[in-house]
Amino acid sequence: MSFDTTTAHGKAAPAGEGEVIIRVRGLTNRFGSKTVHEDLDLDVMKGEVLGVIGGSGTGKSVLMRSIVGLHTPNAGEVEVFGQRLGKLSRDERIKVERRWGVMFQDGALFSTMTVRENVMAPMVEHTKIPPALMSELADLKLRLAGLELEAAPKRPADLSGGMRKRAALARALSLDPELVFLDEPTAGLDPIGAAKFDELVRSLSNALGLTVFLVTHDLDTLAATCDRIAVLSDGKVLAIGPLDEVRKNPHPWIQDYFSGPRGRAAVR
Amino acid sequence: MTGISTRFQVDTTEGGKQVLSVAGDWTIWTVAQIEEKLRNTKIAYDAILDVSQLEKIDTSGAYLIDRALGALEGIDDKIPIRGEHPTIERLLGKVRKASPAAPPDPIHPPGFIALLDRAGHGAVNAWQEFLGLLGFIGETAATVGRLIANPSRIRWKSVVAIMEEAGLDALPIVCFLSFFIGLVIAFIGANLLAMFNASVFTVELVGIGMLREFGAVLTAILLAGRTDSAFTAQIGAMKMRQEIDAMRTIGLDPMEALVAPRLLALLLMTPLLTFAATIAGIGGGLVAAWTAMDISPQMFISRFQEVVPPQHFWVGIAKAPVFALVVAMVGCRQGLLVEGDVVSLGRRTTSAVVQAIFLVIALDALFAVLYYMLNV
Repeated sequence: MSFDTTTAHGKAAPAGEGEVIIRVRGLTNRFGSKTVHEDLDLDVMKGEVLGVIGGSGTGKSVLMRSIVGLHTPNAGEVEVFGQRLGKLSRDERIKVERRWGVMFQDGALFSTMTVRENVMAPMVEHTKIPPALMSELADLKLRLAGLELEAAPKRPADLSGGMRKRAALARALSLDPELVFLDEPTAGLDPIGAAKFDELVRSLSNALGLTVFLVTHDLDTLAATCDRIAVLSDGKVLAIGPLDEVRKNPHPWIQDYFSGPRGRAAVR
Repeated sequence: MTGISTRFQVDTTEGGKQVLSVAGDWTIWTVAQIEEKLRNTKIAYDAILDVSQLEKIDTSGAYLIDRALGALEGIDDKIPIRGEHPTIERLLGKVRKASPAAPPDPIHPPGFIALLDRAGHGAVNAWQEFLGLLGFIGETAATVGRLIANPSRIRWKSVVAIMEEAGLDALPIVCFLSFFIGLVIAFIGANLLAMFNASVFTVELVGIGMLREFGAVLTAILLAGRTDSAFTAQIGAMKMRQEIDAMRTIGLDPMEALVAPRLLALLLMTPLLTFAATIAGIGGGLVAAWTAMDISPQMFISRFQEVVPPQHFWVGIAKAPVFALVVAMVGCRQGLLVEGDVVSLGRRTTSAVVQAIFLVIALDALFAVLYYMLNV
């Protein structure tokens, strides 16, 4: 029995229905005199893969950091799972944090631990699972993320870039989260590795019912994995919707983005 | 995490087949409760899975069910499912694809052999460190030779920057510590020498001690702690971020760009710091003599000039450049040995400080023997 990943887009388009997992309202971020976000609104629906794109410096990563609470915005509110993060007590916050997983651009694996210990780290912190089972579950996550178990006892420094990304994804999936943030998951991977990673994200999102918030520059990733795409520009969400809809937007940046040679090839 | 409690039950149907009924939430938050019981329950591999009472499930729960139903023995049949559940089938499929083959356990040799093994590795490592240091000294000498032949390649800008950072900025702490050491020596001397009615010899004690030994050694040890760790961390961080590799690819020699300026800066600053430390130490002795023994500063200085010959000054200050070389080379070498991870940065920084202090004191002992034989 194998799960057929080619039906990636087979599930019902979640846009416009279902519940909102992330609700961003009036988000404003300034760094000195530079305004990165100005009154930005964004909804992420349950079960969708949302791709966030935008030129360099349009605040894609800052948006992600604002949502997960690593950055305190100058104004505006962020609700995740219907709760306003800024208003929560420490314990309530931890409860919310246990429901999401974050994968950073360079993996951000703990370099003092082995790969397996990295994946176990959230479980050690938050659950009372016996160590033997924890190690088995960590191996399961590594395999789910497409890593062979030879990598499990190694340290992150001994892994290749692609393997580190997979290990980071395994750690993000450690607590079986409902929501996963991926920051440039395919940056720095070769096209074949990137395509496999796209397929992996798509199949995991289908099988586990994940909601995925994906920051990317990779047009192939957008085409292969995302249900909806949000384009950030001028501090706002310029356009949001399925790829085909967003492509038709007449805004010059979007036209440049999708009608360049790379864009045409990816969405053909 | 609410609803009916997490549990399971094994029954047998009329057809003789076993049925594993699972109920409640089977997620990472709840599986710990039933893991052991499930592991100790014998279930036939062809059992039917009843999910009619199952609520939430995630990969952890699916993994346990899959494991219980024989996945680990390499059986690859689809698990027959009874009842309705929106995600169980997809999850089981996903988990089954990912689960088999536990990794082999690492082999742990018995304790005594492991001890010998570690001792052997330790000895080999120590020897290789020594050889490595010799090699580095040679490499540095070659670089310095090249720079002497072609002095326009010396990076004076970084030399001056490091002179300020490692030399001038260390001046207050070096003087401060040395002052107190001088004070302490004078007090100890005063008490001991008073027993022989010879407290005035405190001047000789402080003067000779500071000039010959403490000025140079104190400065070198402080530099080893303060500057060596900085050198290792700076160069090590550059190594971790591949900056050193980048330098090599654009034809910049790290030995020339990083090591040589540090070496030169310390070579210039250490004698000056040693001089300052010596003066501060003697000042400490003077204060102690003045307050505790009523030896006035004028008397202290005139006696100092009378009884302490200037050769002691040269004996002490001659060691400073040697210590400077040791400190700079150990710090730079350890920095260049840092690998890609944070652990090695920490380990190398520790080694740098420990090795530098060890070498400073060992060399000081060698100097003492040498001076004794030369009778100075």
